Amino acid sequence: MQLVLEKRVERSNTIALVSPLIAIGLTIVTMIILFAILGKNPLLALHAYFIAPLTDGYSLQEIAVKATPLVMIAIGLSLCYLANAWNIGAEGQFLIGAVAGSWIAVKTQGTDAGAWVLPVMLVLAAAAGALYALIPAICKVKFGASEILTSLMLVYVADLFLDYLVRGPWRDPHGFNFPTTAEFDPVATVPLLIEGGRLHLGSIIALLVVAAAAILLGRTIKGFEIRVVGAAPRAARFGGFNANQLIILTFAVSGALAGLAGIIEVAGPVGHLQPGISPGYGFTAIIVAFLGRLNPLGILIAGLFLALTFIGGEQAQIAMKIPLDVTKVFQGILLFYVLACDSLILYRFKLVFPNRQVTRGTG
Amino acid sequence: MRKSLLALAAGLLLAGSVSAASAADKLKVGFIYLGPIGDLGWTYQHDLARQALVKELGDKIETTYLENVPEGPDAERSIEQLVRAGNKLIFTTSFGYMDPTLKVAKKYPNVHFEHATGYKRNPNMSTYSAKWWQGRYIQGLIAAKMSKSGVLGYIGSFPIPEVVSGINATILAAQTINPNIKVKIIWANTWFDPGKEADAAKALIDQGADVIMQHTDSPAAMQIASERGKLAFGQDSEMIKFGPKTQLTSILDTWGPYYIERVKAELAGTWKSEDSWGGLDSHMFAMAPYTNMPDDVKKIAEDAQAAITAGKLHPFKCPVVGQDGKPVECKGGDHLDDGQILGMNFYVKGIDDKLPGK
Repeated sequence: MQLVLEKRVERSNTIALVSPLIAIGLTIVTMIILFAILGKNPLLALHAYFIAPLTDGYSLQEIAVKATPLVMIAIGLSLCYLANAWNIGAEGQFLIGAVAGSWIAVKTQGTDAGAWVLPVMLVLAAAAGALYALIPAICKVKFGASEILTSLMLVYVADLFLDYLVRGPWRDPHGFNFPTTAEFDPVATVPLLIEGGRLHLGSIIALLVVAAAAILLGRTIKGFEIRVVGAAPRAARFGGFNANQLIILTFAVSGALAGLAGIIEVAGPVGHLQPGISPGYGFTAIIVAFLGRLNPLGILIAGLFLALTFIGGEQAQIAMKIPLDVTKVFQGILLFYVLACDSLILYRFKLVFPNRQVTRGTG
Repeated sequence: MRKSLLALAAGLLLAGSVSAASAADKLKVGFIYLGPIGDLGWTYQHDLARQALVKELGDKIETTYLENVPEGPDAERSIEQLVRAGNKLIFTTSFGYMDPTLKVAKKYPNVHFEHATGYKRNPNMSTYSAKWWQGRYIQGLIAAKMSKSGVLGYIGSFPIPEVVSGINATILAAQTINPNIKVKIIWANTWFDPGKEADAAKALIDQGADVIMQHTDSPAAMQIASERGKLAFGQDSEMIKFGPKTQLTSILDTWGPYYIERVKAELAGTWKSEDSWGGLDSHMFAMAPYTNMPDDVKKIAEDAQAAITAGKLHPFKCPVVGQDGKPVECKGGDHLDDGQILGMNFYVKGIDDKLPGK
């Protein structure tokens, strides 16, 4: 007798809906075991991870701050992935957006430049992110270069370019050679929503992006095109949809959103340009996009959920002295289960009682 | 089912309140660490000091730390989390936490902060650091004596004054032994990345360096030097077990006494915002035993250490000549003053390289 995975005749919509829930359930069970082995009270630990951060306004704000860049980038990526265009380089587009926007902030530093500074920074960052994303898109369309590789490689280019700028021309003259620009002027800073907190205008922009994506995908022909090109390329060709044009479009949009997220992060919570402005947001956003099933609302929830694990992980470290590595293990386990459970959408388990003859025949 | 859930919730609440009550009378002291506590270097030494603190004052205080906190947007939140968890004295142990610490300090005037190696202060934010360049000077003497090729390999982290002053002190010392000493410098652009640090060590050895010195935090370079049969200096902590035949000495960060002193001040209500910059005389750092060298070299090192501790020898004794061949202005009488060393952003003559960003 053996257990085999058998392809389903049709994809199971029930499993598609409950799969993330099963994954979360399995993660929690695994974590309970892990906490018990570590000698920590599992219930208190889970409370610190999932409940405590949701019970006070401060942590809720922090979750929103952390989720903002993740959600914005993931929305853009989801459009790419739906159209079968594999943009892996959102991290680079994020950094280039941050650099382009910071250019205005650095150049206007200490001048009496007015309220136009921030809007120009945002627009410039989005444009730069889009242009940067177009490089792999055009290479793909014109020369058939793998956009996965080119977009990924461009991350390192962006990273080093930023590094060069803050170590050289843009370095804070009063910063003792440390690689950072001076703090941005107030006109170049994303306004806070709540006095004394860290919640900023960027979170509202992220919500608008989610709404716009939902409308685009659900209510417009372009959105329909994106989904058809991704799901059924042949049908899309017969329908007269231009797949190449969509690759260009989705890459540009996703680059623009990543760039916008970049400048919002720099002009918001960070306040200056420095290396390491992104703890891998562009890559974590790929996870968020898939955890959210490439659906705008799903991405919003997934982004908030992942942010919750970060904040909760920190609180667990403080309250229960649970090492940071456990938080990482925890995130890894979650993704593992999500992917594992997703395979059940297209496959199912089946018990097979092998016939002896057949066994001998194949052996 | 619902009843058991309620019971569970009640249990959780009770458990939470009990632990809160027992901790209420103790002073809570928080730490923000750059690396993992197992980095065996910078963060490890800070955590050793925290443990010493607990050993000394454990009945009066409770310590909490957050490790692996990047010097970016997350730092501010991590520091604030410690404040919100009730910590009244918080040590932020890396240069890059300077602005985030200041931001949080301004927001919570009743909480005291101690920032390592920075230069911005506030009525509730002190800074503390050590004059490691004194130790670097001793290393420079040893390196020049021990190097056969006359080429030293130096792994820098960031070209900030703390690191630049270390390089200069090393070379100034080495030149007193061998005027033609050469140094190759590689900037790792990180404090802690064993992979990059190991690559840098390999590259330096390939360029002819036979004594490796580092201003990064892991023992990776020591291991490479050991594999290749070269000599090396440890950094931050005792690294002799990674190179029993390799380590000459190591600059040991010994924060324990300082932490204990500051926490005692906090307990007594006498904590004030200060700038502490301690040298060999104040035990802010120490030198690991001088090993893998002949007795005459060991004697040179020990004599230099005694002279520096006694204030008879200053590594930046005037004239200090810059790369342009001109002597640097001498603001401290017969040596450079502390401000010049704190803001050092030039190489001395004899370093055949260009300071990044200059």
